[in-house]
Amino acid sequence: MSKFLQGNEACVEGALAVGCRFFAGYPITPSTEIAEGMAKKLPRLGGRFIQMEDEIASMGAVIGASLCGTKALTATSGPGFSLKQEHIGYAVIAEIPCVIVNVMRGGPSTGLPTSPAQSDVMQARWGTHGDHPAIVLTPSTVQEYFELTVKAFNLSEKLRTSVILAPDEVIAHMRERVEIPDQVNIINRKLPSNSVDKSTYKPYKVEKDDEVPVIPNFFDGFRFNVTGLYHDETGFPTASPSIVEKCIKRLHNKVGSAYEEIKGIEIDLPKDCDVAVLSYGSTFRSARQAARELNAGHVKLTTLFPFPEKEIRELASKIKTIIVAEMNLGQIRLEVERAVAGKASVVGVNIANGLLISPDPIKEKIKECRI
Amino acid sequence: MSDITNHLRMDKFPHIWCPGCGNGIILRSVLTAIDKLGLDPNNVAVVSGIGCSSRSAGYVDFNTVHTTHGRAITFATGIKMAKPEKTVIVLTGDGDCSAIGGNHLIHAARRNIDLTVVVFNNSIYGMTGGQFSPTTPQNDIAATSPYGNLDNSFDLCELTRAAGASYVARSTTFHATQTPLLIQKGIENKGFSFIEVVTACPVYYGRLNKTPDAVDMLKLQRDNARNIKQWNMMTDEEKQGKFVIGELYNKPAPEYTEKYTQLIEREKSK
Ligand SMILES: Cc1ncc(C[n+]2csc(CCOP(=O)(O)OP(=O)(O)O)c2C)c(N)n1
Ligand code: SF4
Repeated sequence: MSKFLQGNEACVEGALAVGCRFFAGYPITPSTEIAEGMAKKLPRLGGRFIQMEDEIASMGAVIGASLCGTKALTATSGPGFSLKQEHIGYAVIAEIPCVIVNVMRGGPSTGLPTSPAQSDVMQARWGTHGDHPAIVLTPSTVQEYFELTVKAFNLSEKLRTSVILAPDEVIAHMRERVEIPDQVNIINRKLPSNSVDKSTYKPYKVEKDDEVPVIPNFFDGFRFNVTGLYHDETGFPTASPSIVEKCIKRLHNKVGSAYEEIKGIEIDLPKDCDVAVLSYGSTFRSARQAARELNAGHVKLTTLFPFPEKEIRELASKIKTIIVAEMNLGQIRLEVERAVAGKASVVGVNIANGLLISPDPIKEKIKECRI
Repeated sequence: MSDITNHLRMDKFPHIWCPGCGNGIILRSVLTAIDKLGLDPNNVAVVSGIGCSSRSAGYVDFNTVHTTHGRAITFATGIKMAKPEKTVIVLTGDGDCSAIGGNHLIHAARRNIDLTVVVFNNSIYGMTGGQFSPTTPQNDIAATSPYGNLDNSFDLCELTRAAGASYVARSTTFHATQTPLLIQKGIENKGFSFIEVVTACPVYYGRLNKTPDAVDMLKLQRDNARNIKQWNMMTDEEKQGKFVIGELYNKPAPEYTEKYTQLIEREKSK
């Protein structure tokens, strides 16, 4: 079915299609349409919506619902995203699936509430405390917003972790035609089989160092413990350095091992091109146009983290310069620099004043690089 | 007394609490109430925050979550929304539920969502080493009020009642037979129930305020607590330095998740 949808509406459609049946949130521009859509549609599908007293509470409620096996979503923007951070880390260490949409607007602080930005890239990666992995997706069309919402839920269920979906304000508010399939691919978290001995079951037990534990849902008869403290395979707190080390490494490894499935990178390199423009989100359209006009390469990211280091390093061996265009002062550019490790030069086109990046400054930069 | 060991995770003992701490008495009261009600442990979730008192969740054999500081009620709200037919009990400290978590407490009470919140009120932050909390009486000494506490203190029962809780009660660890009954009624109430249990942290609060002995602290609870019936006949002067215990408020009201279920029924047919 084809529909003409606003980005945030497409997110609602994607979430419902993949089986999300709980939403907790707190209003904030430019994400609020997601809460409004869920408030309207969830009860009709037998799901539940709650407007909590703040973003911290919303994130807590999302984890609580997910503990019971209900796919849960919350949506917010800049300042609210900051408030959710403690619980985003909780979901990582306790391995509770959940999806957080952060519609990026201009910051710091209340900043530019109604203008687009891509300024929460590093907040999405490192906002919660500790040495955690992160999965961060970002759409550049409304169609992708729908698809990445589905992907975010599937990854969160499969890997039992929090997944962040970070569209910018333009994608969230823009209207485009969206092709909605009759059925989307749905991955549900693995549950222990009914034949296991529930009284001795170890919810966090794994065999391999990159494995996702098979944790039961609450009220299924297992009566286990969940904590934000480091814990052993039974789910009870421990400070044993060897167990802690295994745990944090496994949390990273399970994401690392699923890299091929998580990654989202499209590379378009015309013959004999010396420069490539890398972009994501709404910046992508301008970047692609500039690149096409000047026979430069183009790279689009739909997964920001885990960062596609290998792919970018390979790219760097084929060209002289990578131009990173983003609506911030260079957050992904630093990642690109790290990945290319001096093999190519990296420059940025950065606008962080609430305006979109048009093709012109990107074209200027391409020409500059060729002088 | 009922045998509550079947509700304990005996392999998790010894517990972390100091000798003389009142937390064990409250935990026994909670388990006694659950036992009396004959609840199937598989249908009970116990949710706690962070603090000495919040370590309780790990010791009891239910679906347990040890959450983040102050946010137990938010997790519990999500659990209750996802599984409205289950019993959800929150075990929390005074700092946990009334300082960092104060807003969640107010709003859960306002919604009258069917949670039973038991606060272990030791008038201090135990786990972090005896800093003053919102329930530390004025002028008392704490690690962060070495010259006496300047803050006014909270009456959490008045607060939750005003916010919309449908059941409110207070007890103490001295009143060990009354406490389980109050918690039991709280669990039975279909709505937000708040039970404050005044308890002792002899190690920090007691030591800093000239009552380092746990038994002396229990005696103070005995001497200063007045039953609601008695309390209602006391003059303001007589109430000085005393506090009221018992069932303080019990007025059933429409419950949040039930209202939502009705909404689903209405909208689903459309
Ligand atoms: C966000 C956050 N802030 C501060 C702390 C540190 N902290 C841990 S327990 C605690 C106080 C606990 O006091 P209370 O809730 O009264 O419980 P008690 O230990 O007295 O039982 C604090 C401040 C924390 N864990 N998380
Ligand atoms: S510090 Fe106080 S509240 Fe904490 S366990 Fe010791 S006595 Fe109990």
